[in-house]
Amino acid sequence: MQRNPKVAYMFLAPALILMTVFIALPVIASLVISLTDFNIFALANWSNAKFIGIDNFVRLFQDGLFWKALRNTLYFVAVGVPLAIALALILAILLNSPLNRAKGLFRVGHYLPSITETVAIAVVWRWVLNPRYGILKRALEVFSIQSPSWLGDPRWAMPAIIMMAVWKGLGHNALIFLAGLQSIPPTVYEAARIDGATSRQQFIYVTLPLLAPTTFFVSIMTLIGYLQLFAEPYTLTDGGPLDATLSIVLYMYRHGFKFFNLGYASAMAYVLFALIFAATLLAMRSRAKEVTY
Amino acid sequence: MRLFRNAPATVLVNLLLTIGLLCMSAPFVWMLSTSFKGTKDVFRYPPRLIPEVPTLTNYEKLFRTVNIARPFINTVVTAVSITALSLLICSMAGYAFAKFDFPAKNVLFMGVLGTLMIPGQITMIPVFLLLKKMGLLNTYSGLILPGIASAFGIFFMRQFIVTLPDELMEAARIDGAREFFIFGRIVLPLCKPALATLGILNFTGSWNNFLWPLIISTDESMYTLPVAVANLAGQYATEYGLQMAGSVVVIVPIVIFFMFAQRWFMEGVALTGMKG
Repeated sequence: MQRNPKVAYMFLAPALILMTVFIALPVIASLVISLTDFNIFALANWSNAKFIGIDNFVRLFQDGLFWKALRNTLYFVAVGVPLAIALALILAILLNSPLNRAKGLFRVGHYLPSITETVAIAVVWRWVLNPRYGILKRALEVFSIQSPSWLGDPRWAMPAIIMMAVWKGLGHNALIFLAGLQSIPPTVYEAARIDGATSRQQFIYVTLPLLAPTTFFVSIMTLIGYLQLFAEPYTLTDGGPLDATLSIVLYMYRHGFKFFNLGYASAMAYVLFALIFAATLLAMRSRAKEVTY
Repeated sequence: MRLFRNAPATVLVNLLLTIGLLCMSAPFVWMLSTSFKGTKDVFRYPPRLIPEVPTLTNYEKLFRTVNIARPFINTVVTAVSITALSLLICSMAGYAFAKFDFPAKNVLFMGVLGTLMIPGQITMIPVFLLLKKMGLLNTYSGLILPGIASAFGIFFMRQFIVTLPDELMEAARIDGAREFFIFGRIVLPLCKPALATLGILNFTGSWNNFLWPLIISTDESMYTLPVAVANLAGQYATEYGLQMAGSVVVIVPIVIFFMFAQRWFMEGVALTGMKG
């Protein structure tokens, strides 16, 4: 370990300066802005912004549309996260199976959606989901299932967005699970087999508990990402129909960068921040005791 | 013997994986197929995989009328700059945290890690105001600067550099090498695998970034690809062939990049998971 603070600070300086200017100070500035009525007039001249205390937050909790956005986001998270985790785990187990006959192809193939840009792929999905010419309608017809009008129907728009989000993130999460599965030492399974454990028992009593840290990590990351839902509804539905897919970040974007109600939007950003923080804490507290064998 | 005993299970596993693969790739195939279709073919039902009259009109229009080349160049410039600068700055900071002792080290490191908890939406508005004040809206600097320093990058580089033996640097110091020489000629070359992984994650991340460019680039000449494609989808709402061609231009380069750099990609993802 080199004791030379001057040199160390020199190496640190660029990163710390950038992080201070673009992250640390803005976090504080954001809180200050959320306590003002910063709007389009203040945009031209900052001194037009007035301090209004917590009025923005009070207004937020009386704003029906904000509640709607909050409910929609929680719906997306509550259905999307468990679905994403369960499917990713199943996929990882299949990929990890010694019976898998095309390891490379299946791994890369399932990972592909994860690297694609959300807007570009959402545009594709809008076409996939097209109620008259879409390929999904065609695929469902093969099984004699009548396709709903997906993005045009307030009941089906959010499920469609969940479907796309889960599809897109599946490979990425599965790959992390795969790394977790492969880090479980084979000796543990051997011991379980000698004790007469069936495959199912091995899965429940060996795989799942030893995989808990990975599951925890994947869940938290997915949860945080899903709470920030934006690009999908922005591209697919613009929050519609009847605000059925309006998310918190989309609503914030509208207020902030369409109407330039930056004070109000900052208050929303802080509520989102609090939500993410609370969700993370909650998940950490409920974290199952780590098992080691 | 074992193979035969497991025949039904083998079929089941590979069948499920094949179904999964089909679900994963179908939208891509559908995108490619539609991008080569004329209006008549696009609105044919039931749809055909191979267009009856394959055409390049959509791509022609994309480059001529919509001028997608400009956002393409903007995206390349932004993603390359962010990646290069981020690798340099994060490895410098990672090196300091890994190999130096200095006052307030732990506090600073915790501070850096703490920023991982902060969602981008919180900083967006003040950073927008700051850059507006500095006259950096619709500039490359505005697109690049906020994306350079990342807590994850610093942490990632630190974890790698910590494993390098101290003796290498000590020996160079005894030989009278200057600190920047040691960093540039000894530490960085040894970091190649880590830099490759982090660089790939950075590059795809900034190539795919949407919300920030959407906010900072209000002028068409500074659109990045995702913004341009979102705009295209709004402006030409029913021209699905054209929209698909636009998505192809965004998606295909990154897929090709992925194919070449696959190994580092997979390692990188596995590593990010290990953090948990």
